Amino acid sequence: MHHENPTIVWLGLTFNLSNVMMLLITAIIVLLIAVISTRRLSLKPTGMQNFMEWIMDFVKGIIKSNMDWGTGGRFHVLGITLIMFIFVANMLGIPFAIVIQGELWWKSPTADPLVAMTLAVMVVVLTHFYAIQMKGIKEYGKDFLRPLPFLAPLKVIEEFANTLTLGLRLYGNIYAGEILLGLLAGIGGATYLGFFGVIAPTLAWQGFSIFIGAIQSFIFVMLTMVYMAHKVSRDH
Amino acid sequence: MFLDYLVLNATEGEVKFLNTGDIFATLIIFIILMVLLKKFAWGPLMGIMKQREELIASEIEATENSRLESEKLLEEQRALLKEARTEAQAIVENAKKQGEVQRGEILTVAQAEANRLKESAVREIETEKDNAIAAVRGQVVSLSILAASKVLGKQISEEDNRALIEETIAKAGDAG
Repeated sequence: MHHENPTIVWLGLTFNLSNVMMLLITAIIVLLIAVISTRRLSLKPTGMQNFMEWIMDFVKGIIKSNMDWGTGGRFHVLGITLIMFIFVANMLGIPFAIVIQGELWWKSPTADPLVAMTLAVMVVVLTHFYAIQMKGIKEYGKDFLRPLPFLAPLKVIEEFANTLTLGLRLYGNIYAGEILLGLLAGIGGATYLGFFGVIAPTLAWQGFSIFIGAIQSFIFVMLTMVYMAHKVSRDH
Repeated sequence: MFLDYLVLNATEGEVKFLNTGDIFATLIIFIILMVLLKKFAWGPLMGIMKQREELIASEIEATENSRLESEKLLEEQRALLKEARTEAQAIVENAKKQGEVQRGEILTVAQAEANRLKESAVREIETEKDNAIAAVRGQVVSLSILAASKVLGKQISEEDNRALIEETIAKAGDAG
Protein backbone atom coordinates (compact mmCIF):
# COMPACT_ATOMS: atom_id res chain seq x y z
CA MET A 1 0.00 0.00 0.00
CA HIS A 2 2.70 2.42 -0.94
CA HIS A 3 1.47 5.49 -2.67
CA GLU A 4 3.27 8.01 -4.78
CA ASN A 5 2.24 11.63 -4.92
CA PRO A 6 1.40 12.91 -8.38
CA THR A 7 3.96 15.69 -8.50
CA ILE A 8 4.90 17.94 -11.35
CA VAL A 9 7.39 20.76 -11.57
CA TRP A 10 6.18 24.04 -13.00
CA LEU A 11 7.96 27.39 -12.97
CA GLY A 12 10.52 25.88 -10.62
CA LEU A 13 7.81 25.04 -8.10
CA THR A 14 6.88 21.49 -7.22
CA PHE A 15 3.16 20.89 -7.25
CA ASN A 16 1.38 17.93 -5.74
CA LEU A 17 -1.50 17.74 -8.20
CA SER A 18 -3.57 15.75 -5.74
CA ASN A 19 -3.37 18.56 -3.23
CA VAL A 20 -4.17 21.18 -5.83
CA MET A 21 -7.16 19.21 -7.09
CA MET A 22 -8.54 18.51 -3.64
CA LEU A 23 -8.08 22.13 -2.60
CA LEU A 24 -9.97 23.23 -5.69
CA ILE A 25 -12.75 20.73 -5.03
CA THR A 26 -12.99 21.91 -1.43
CA ALA A 27 -13.12 25.54 -2.52
CA ILE A 28 -15.78 24.81 -5.14
CA ILE A 29 -17.95 22.88 -2.65
CA VAL A 30 -17.70 25.64 -0.07
CA LEU A 31 -18.45 28.25 -2.69
CA LEU A 32 -21.46 26.33 -3.98
CA ILE A 33 -22.88 25.76 -0.50
CA ALA A 34 -22.42 29.39 0.44
CA VAL A 35 -23.66 30.92 -2.78
CA ILE A 36 -26.65 28.61 -3.21
CA SER A 37 -27.76 29.12 0.37
CA THR A 38 -27.54 32.89 0.08
CA ARG A 39 -29.26 33.25 -3.30
CA ARG A 40 -32.68 34.13 -2.00
CA LEU A 41 -32.06 36.28 1.03
CA SER A 42 -34.97 37.54 3.05
CA LEU A 43 -35.50 39.21 6.37
CA LYS A 44 -37.40 36.15 7.47
CA PRO A 45 -34.76 33.48 6.93
CA THR A 46 -35.72 30.07 5.59
CA GLY A 47 -33.91 26.80 4.97
CA MET A 48 -30.27 27.16 4.08
CA GLN A 49 -30.17 30.83 4.99
CA ASN A 50 -30.88 29.79 8.56
CA PHE A 51 -27.97 27.38 8.43
CA MET A 52 -25.59 30.01 7.07
CA GLU A 53 -26.73 32.52 9.64
CA TRP A 54 -26.17 29.94 12.31
CA ILE A 55 -22.58 29.47 11.10
CA MET A 56 -22.07 33.22 11.07
CA ASP A 57 -23.41 33.55 14.59
CA PHE A 58 -21.31 30.61 15.68
CA VAL A 59 -18.10 32.22 14.40
CA LYS A 60 -19.25 35.52 15.81
CA GLY A 61 -19.56 33.79 19.17
CA ILE A 62 -16.02 32.43 18.86
CA ILE A 63 -14.66 35.89 18.08
CA LYS A 64 -16.68 37.55 20.82
CA SER A 65 -15.38 35.12 23.41
CA ASN A 66 -11.84 36.35 22.62
CA MET A 67 -12.15 40.06 21.91
CA ASP A 68 -14.70 42.79 21.67
CA TRP A 69 -16.71 42.92 18.49
CA GLY A 70 -15.37 46.33 17.49
CA THR A 71 -11.91 44.83 17.14
CA GLY A 72 -12.91 41.34 16.06
CA GLY A 73 -15.57 42.20 13.49
CA ARG A 74 -12.97 42.43 10.72
CA PHE A 75 -11.96 38.79 11.26
CA HIS A 76 -15.51 37.55 10.78
CA VAL A 77 -15.14 36.76 7.08
CA LEU A 78 -11.79 35.07 7.69
CA GLY A 79 -13.28 32.96 10.46
CA ILE A 80 -16.33 31.82 8.51
CA THR A 81 -14.27 30.99 5.44
CA LEU A 82 -11.69 29.11 7.51
CA ILE A 83 -14.21 27.02 9.43
CA MET A 84 -16.16 26.04 6.32
CA PHE A 85 -13.06 25.40 4.23
CA ILE A 86 -11.39 23.22 6.85
CA PHE A 87 -14.61 21.40 7.71
CA VAL A 88 -15.33 20.52 4.09
CA ALA A 89 -11.67 19.60 3.53
CA ASN A 90 -11.77 17.28 6.55
CA MET A 91 -14.96 15.63 5.34
CA LEU A 92 -13.68 14.90 1.85
CA GLY A 93 -11.33 12.14 2.91
CA ILE A 94 -13.83 10.26 5.03
CA PRO A 95 -15.97 8.35 2.52
CA PHE A 96 -13.12 6.99 0.37
CA ALA A 97 -9.66 7.49 -1.00
CA ILE A 98 -8.80 7.11 -4.66
CA VAL A 99 -5.49 5.70 -5.79
CA ILE A 100 -4.71 5.69 -9.48
CA GLN A 101 -1.64 3.79 -10.71
CA GLY A 102 -0.08 3.91 -7.29
CA GLU A 103 -0.66 7.65 -7.01
CA LEU A 104 -2.96 8.91 -4.27
CA TRP A 105 -5.44 11.36 -5.75
CA TRP A 106 -8.48 11.63 -3.50
CA LYS A 107 -7.91 12.48 0.16
CA SER A 108 -8.46 15.31 2.57
CA PRO A 109 -6.26 18.21 1.53
CA THR A 110 -5.76 18.89 5.24
CA ALA A 111 -4.22 15.41 5.58
CA ASP A 112 -1.20 16.90 3.85
CA PRO A 113 1.17 18.57 6.32
CA LEU A 114 2.13 21.25 3.88
CA VAL A 115 -1.45 22.41 3.32
CA ALA A 116 -2.25 22.43 7.03
CA MET A 117 0.98 24.24 7.83
CA THR A 118 0.36 26.78 5.07
CA LEU A 119 -3.00 27.64 6.60
CA ALA A 120 -1.41 27.87 10.05
CA VAL A 121 1.41 30.10 8.84
CA MET A 122 -1.06 32.26 6.99
CA VAL A 123 -3.06 32.75 10.19
CA VAL A 124 0.00 33.55 12.30
CA VAL A 125 1.35 35.95 9.70
CA LEU A 126 -2.05 37.63 9.64
CA THR A 127 -1.96 38.04 13.43
CA HIS A 128 1.39 39.82 13.13
CA PHE A 129 0.11 41.91 10.24
CA TYR A 130 -2.95 43.06 12.15
CA ALA A 131 -0.93 43.66 15.30
CA ILE A 132 1.35 46.04 13.39
CA GLN A 133 -1.53 47.63 11.54
CA MET A 134 -3.66 48.28 14.60
CA LYS A 135 -1.07 49.05 17.25
CA GLY A 136 1.86 50.40 15.26
CA ILE A 137 5.28 48.84 14.84
CA LYS A 138 6.56 50.28 18.13
CA GLU A 139 3.79 48.89 20.29
CA TYR A 140 4.07 45.60 18.41
CA GLY A 141 7.78 45.40 19.14
CA LYS A 142 7.26 46.29 22.79
CA ASP A 143 4.84 43.42 23.17
CA PHE A 144 7.78 41.01 22.91
CA LEU A 145 9.25 42.55 26.08
CA ARG A 146 6.07 42.01 28.06
CA PRO A 147 5.41 40.98 30.72
CA LEU A 148 9.17 40.86 31.49
CA PRO A 149 12.00 41.75 29.10
CA PHE A 150 14.08 38.64 29.78
CA LEU A 151 11.17 36.47 28.58
CA ALA A 152 11.55 37.87 25.07
CA PRO A 153 13.26 34.71 23.70
CA LEU A 154 10.36 32.66 24.97
CA LYS A 155 7.93 35.00 23.23
CA VAL A 156 9.76 34.44 19.96
CA ILE A 157 9.71 30.69 20.48
CA GLU A 158 6.03 30.93 21.33
CA GLU A 159 5.27 32.29 17.88
CA PHE A 160 6.89 29.30 16.18
CA ALA A 161 5.33 26.88 18.65
CA ASN A 162 1.92 28.37 17.98
CA THR A 163 2.36 27.99 14.27
CA LEU A 164 3.59 24.42 14.53
CA THR A 165 0.90 23.25 16.91
CA LEU A 166 -1.85 24.97 14.97
CA GLY A 167 -0.87 23.32 11.70
CA LEU A 168 0.28 19.94 12.96
CA ARG A 169 -2.76 19.43 15.19
CA LEU A 170 -5.03 19.72 12.19
CA TYR A 171 -2.77 17.64 9.95
CA GLY A 172 -2.20 14.95 12.56
CA ASN A 173 -5.85 14.46 13.41
CA ILE A 174 -7.01 14.20 9.84
CA TYR A 175 -4.02 12.17 8.66
CA ALA A 176 -4.42 9.69 11.53
CA GLY A 177 -8.10 9.34 10.74
CA GLU A 178 -7.35 8.55 7.13
CA ILE A 179 -4.63 6.06 8.00
CA LEU A 180 -6.99 4.12 10.22
CA LEU A 181 -9.70 4.22 7.54
CA GLY A 182 -7.11 2.95 5.05
CA LEU A 183 -6.15 0.09 7.35
CA LEU A 184 -9.77 -0.87 7.89
CA ALA A 185 -10.40 -0.74 4.15
CA GLY A 186 -7.33 -2.93 3.64
CA ILE A 187 -8.63 -5.55 6.06
CA GLY A 188 -12.09 -5.38 4.51
CA GLY A 189 -10.70 -5.90 1.06
CA ALA A 190 -8.57 -8.87 2.06
CA THR A 191 -11.11 -11.59 2.95
CA TYR A 192 -14.86 -12.10 3.22
CA LEU A 193 -14.52 -12.62 6.97
CA GLY A 194 -12.53 -9.45 7.18
CA PHE A 195 -15.17 -7.57 5.16
CA PHE A 196 -17.99 -8.45 7.55
CA GLY A 197 -15.80 -8.06 10.59
CA VAL A 198 -14.69 -4.62 9.56
CA ILE A 199 -18.08 -3.02 8.81
CA ALA A 200 -18.85 -2.04 12.39
CA PRO A 201 -15.43 -0.53 13.23
CA THR A 202 -15.39 1.33 9.93
CA LEU A 203 -18.79 2.82 10.59
CA ALA A 204 -17.72 3.81 14.07
CA TRP A 205 -14.47 5.32 12.87
CA GLN A 206 -16.12 7.24 10.04
CA GLY A 207 -18.60 8.69 12.52
CA PHE A 208 -15.76 9.58 14.81
CA SER A 209 -13.86 11.12 11.90
CA ILE A 210 -16.80 13.35 11.10
CA PHE A 211 -16.78 14.42 14.74
CA ILE A 212 -13.02 14.99 14.69
CA GLY A 213 -13.23 16.89 11.42
CA ALA A 214 -15.86 19.20 12.85
CA ILE A 215 -14.01 19.65 16.13
CA GLN A 216 -10.71 20.34 14.38
CA SER A 217 -12.22 23.01 12.15
CA PHE A 218 -13.75 24.59 15.24
CA ILE A 219 -10.46 24.40 17.16
CA PHE A 220 -8.52 25.85 14.25
CA VAL A 221 -10.78 28.90 14.07
CA MET A 222 -10.91 29.18 17.85
CA LEU A 223 -7.11 29.22 18.11
CA THR A 224 -6.87 31.62 15.19
CA MET A 225 -9.03 34.05 17.13
CA VAL A 226 -7.14 33.39 20.37
CA TYR A 227 -3.80 34.23 18.73
CA MET A 228 -5.37 37.18 16.97
CA ALA A 229 -6.78 38.54 20.21
CA HIS A 230 -3.48 37.93 21.94
CA LYS A 231 -1.63 39.97 19.35
CA VAL A 232 -4.20 42.67 18.74
CA SER A 233 -5.39 43.46 22.26
CA ARG A 234 -3.76 46.39 23.96
CA ASP A 235 -3.83 45.38 27.60
CA HIS A 236 -2.44 42.06 28.69
CA MET B 1 9.90 1.78 7.91
CA PHE B 2 8.51 -1.29 9.56
CA LEU B 3 4.81 -0.51 9.26
CA ASP B 4 4.95 1.69 6.22
CA TYR B 5 3.23 -0.76 3.96
CA LEU B 6 0.09 -0.45 6.14
CA VAL B 7 -0.16 3.26 5.74
CA LEU B 8 -2.50 4.46 3.06
CA ASN B 9 -1.11 7.90 2.61
CA ALA B 10 2.53 7.02 3.07
CA THR B 11 4.54 8.00 0.05
CA GLU B 12 7.39 6.05 -1.42
CA GLY B 13 10.41 6.79 0.66
CA GLU B 14 10.65 10.33 1.93
CA VAL B 15 9.47 13.36 0.05
CA LYS B 16 12.35 14.21 -2.17
CA PHE B 17 11.70 17.92 -2.11
CA LEU B 18 9.43 20.40 -0.49
CA ASN B 19 6.27 20.81 -2.50
CA THR B 20 6.70 24.54 -2.71
CA GLY B 21 3.92 24.83 -5.27
CA ASP B 22 1.38 23.47 -2.81
CA ILE B 23 2.04 26.38 -0.50
CA PHE B 24 1.14 28.86 -3.19
CA ALA B 25 -1.75 26.75 -4.39
CA THR B 26 -3.22 26.60 -0.89
CA LEU B 27 -2.77 30.30 -0.29
CA ILE B 28 -4.12 31.40 -3.64
CA ILE B 29 -7.09 29.07 -3.59
CA PHE B 30 -7.98 30.03 -0.04
CA ILE B 31 -7.65 33.76 -0.65
CA ILE B 32 -9.64 33.63 -3.88
CA LEU B 33 -12.29 31.58 -2.09
CA MET B 34 -12.42 34.12 0.70
CA VAL B 35 -12.75 37.04 -1.68
CA LEU B 36 -15.46 35.31 -3.71
CA LEU B 37 -17.39 34.31 -0.62
CA LYS B 38 -17.17 37.80 0.79
CA LYS B 39 -18.48 39.23 -2.45
CA PHE B 40 -21.19 36.70 -3.21
CA ALA B 41 -22.19 35.12 0.07
CA TRP B 42 -21.00 36.65 3.33
CA GLY B 43 -21.40 40.23 2.22
CA PRO B 44 -25.08 39.99 1.25
CA LEU B 45 -25.81 37.70 4.19
CA MET B 46 -24.19 40.10 6.65
CA GLY B 47 -26.09 42.91 4.99
CA ILE B 48 -29.41 41.19 5.47
CA MET B 49 -28.55 40.26 9.04
CA LYS B 50 -27.64 43.85 9.77
CA GLN B 51 -30.84 44.98 8.11
CA ARG B 52 -32.83 42.61 10.27
CA GLU B 53 -31.01 43.83 13.34
CA GLU B 54 -31.90 47.39 12.47
CA LEU B 55 -35.49 46.41 11.74
CA ILE B 56 -35.81 44.72 15.11
CA ALA B 57 -34.18 47.65 16.85
CA SER B 58 -36.52 50.12 15.17
CA GLU B 59 -39.51 47.91 15.94
CA ILE B 60 -38.53 47.76 19.57
CA GLU B 61 -38.07 51.50 19.62
CA ALA B 62 -41.46 52.05 17.99
CA THR B 63 -43.09 49.72 20.49
CA GLU B 64 -41.43 51.52 23.34
CA ASN B 65 -42.57 54.85 21.94
CA SER B 66 -46.15 53.75 21.51
CA ARG B 67 -46.12 52.29 24.99
CA LEU B 68 -44.93 55.58 26.41
CA GLU B 69 -47.53 57.43 24.38
CA SER B 70 -50.35 55.20 25.53
CA GLU B 71 -49.17 55.56 29.08
CA LYS B 72 -49.22 59.31 28.69
CA LEU B 73 -52.70 59.16 27.20
CA LEU B 74 -53.86 56.95 30.02
CA GLU B 75 -52.48 59.39 32.54
CA GLU B 76 -54.21 62.21 30.74
CA GLN B 77 -57.49 60.34 30.70
CA ARG B 78 -57.14 59.56 34.35
CA ALA B 79 -56.50 63.20 35.15
CA LEU B 80 -59.48 64.25 33.06
CA LEU B 81 -61.71 61.72 34.79
CA LYS B 82 -60.56 62.94 38.17
CA GLU B 83 -61.19 66.51 37.15
CA ALA B 84 -64.65 65.65 35.88
CA ARG B 85 -65.46 63.87 39.10
CA THR B 86 -64.34 66.83 41.19
CA GLU B 87 -66.33 69.14 38.99
CA ALA B 88 -69.44 67.00 39.30
CA GLN B 89 -69.04 66.94 43.05
CA ALA B 90 -68.64 70.70 43.09
CA ILE B 91 -71.76 71.10 40.99
CA VAL B 92 -73.79 68.89 43.31
CA GLU B 93 -72.45 70.71 46.33
CA ASN B 94 -73.29 74.06 44.76
CA ALA B 95 -76.80 72.96 43.91
CA LYS B 96 -77.30 71.74 47.44
CA LYS B 97 -76.07 75.01 48.87
CA GLN B 98 -78.22 77.01 46.48
CA GLY B 99 -81.25 74.91 47.39
CA GLU B 100 -80.57 75.57 51.04
CA VAL B 101 -80.32 79.29 50.41
CA GLN B 102 -83.46 79.29 48.31
CA ARG B 103 -85.34 77.38 50.97
CA GLY B 104 -84.31 79.93 53.53
CA GLU B 105 -85.35 82.77 51.28
CA ILE B 106 -88.71 81.22 50.51
CA LEU B 107 -89.29 80.61 54.19
CA THR B 108 -88.42 84.16 55.08
CA VAL B 109 -90.61 85.57 52.35
CA ALA B 110 -93.50 83.32 53.39
CA GLN B 111 -93.06 84.29 57.03
CA ALA B 112 -92.99 87.96 56.11
CA GLU B 113 -96.05 87.54 53.95
CA ALA B 114 -97.85 85.73 56.75
CA ASN B 115 -96.91 88.46 59.22
CA ARG B 116 -98.09 91.10 56.85
CA LEU B 117 -101.39 89.33 56.30
CA LYS B 118 -101.83 88.85 60.03
CA GLU B 119 -101.04 92.46 60.74
CA SER B 120 -103.36 93.73 58.07
CA ALA B 121 -106.07 91.44 59.39
CA VAL B 122 -105.49 92.70 62.90
CA ARG B 123 -105.56 96.25 61.67
CA GLU B 124 -108.76 95.66 59.77
CA ILE B 125 -110.31 94.07 62.81
CA GLU B 126 -109.22 97.05 64.88
CA THR B 127 -110.74 99.48 62.40
CA GLU B 128 -113.90 97.47 62.19
CA LYS B 129 -114.08 97.36 65.96
CA ASP B 130 -113.60 101.14 66.22
CA ASN B 131 -116.20 101.71 63.58
CA ALA B 132 -118.57 99.40 65.35
CA ILE B 133 -117.93 101.09 68.66
CA ALA B 134 -118.45 104.53 67.12
CA ALA B 135 -121.67 103.38 65.53
CA VAL B 136 -122.85 101.84 68.74
CA ARG B 137 -121.94 104.99 70.57
CA GLY B 138 -123.96 107.09 68.16
CA GLN B 139 -126.90 104.76 68.51
CA VAL B 140 -126.67 104.84 72.29
CA VAL B 141 -126.60 108.64 72.31
CA SER B 142 -129.64 108.92 70.12
CA LEU B 143 -131.45 106.33 72.16
CA SER B 144 -130.49 108.09 75.40
CA ILE B 145 -131.68 111.44 74.16
CA LEU B 146 -134.81 109.90 72.98
CA ALA B 147 -135.31 108.19 76.30
CA ALA B 148 -134.41 111.26 78.32
CA SER B 149 -136.63 113.57 76.35
CA LYS B 150 -139.35 111.09 76.76
CA VAL B 151 -138.66 110.90 80.49
CA LEU B 152 -138.35 114.65 80.96
CA GLY B 153 -140.97 115.49 78.49
CA LYS B 154 -139.37 118.59 77.69
CA GLN B 155 -137.37 119.45 74.78
CA ILE B 156 -134.03 120.59 75.66
CA SER B 157 -131.77 121.79 73.13
CA GLU B 158 -130.55 118.89 71.11
CA GLU B 159 -127.01 120.20 71.01
CA ASP B 160 -126.70 120.77 74.74
CA ASN B 161 -128.10 117.39 75.49
CA ARG B 162 -125.89 115.57 73.07
CA ALA B 163 -122.84 117.25 74.53
CA LEU B 164 -123.89 116.40 77.99
CA ILE B 165 -124.73 112.80 77.23
CA GLU B 166 -121.63 112.19 75.24
CA GLU B 167 -119.61 113.46 78.14
CA THR B 168 -121.44 111.11 80.47
CA ILE B 169 -120.98 108.16 78.19
CA ALA B 170 -117.35 108.97 77.80
CA LYS B 171 -117.04 109.04 81.51
CA ALA B 172 -118.97 105.77 81.75
CA GLY B 173 -116.71 104.33 79.03
CA ASP B 174 -113.65 105.41 80.94
CA ALA B 175 -115.00 104.01 84.16
CA GLY B 176 -116.16 100.81 82.50
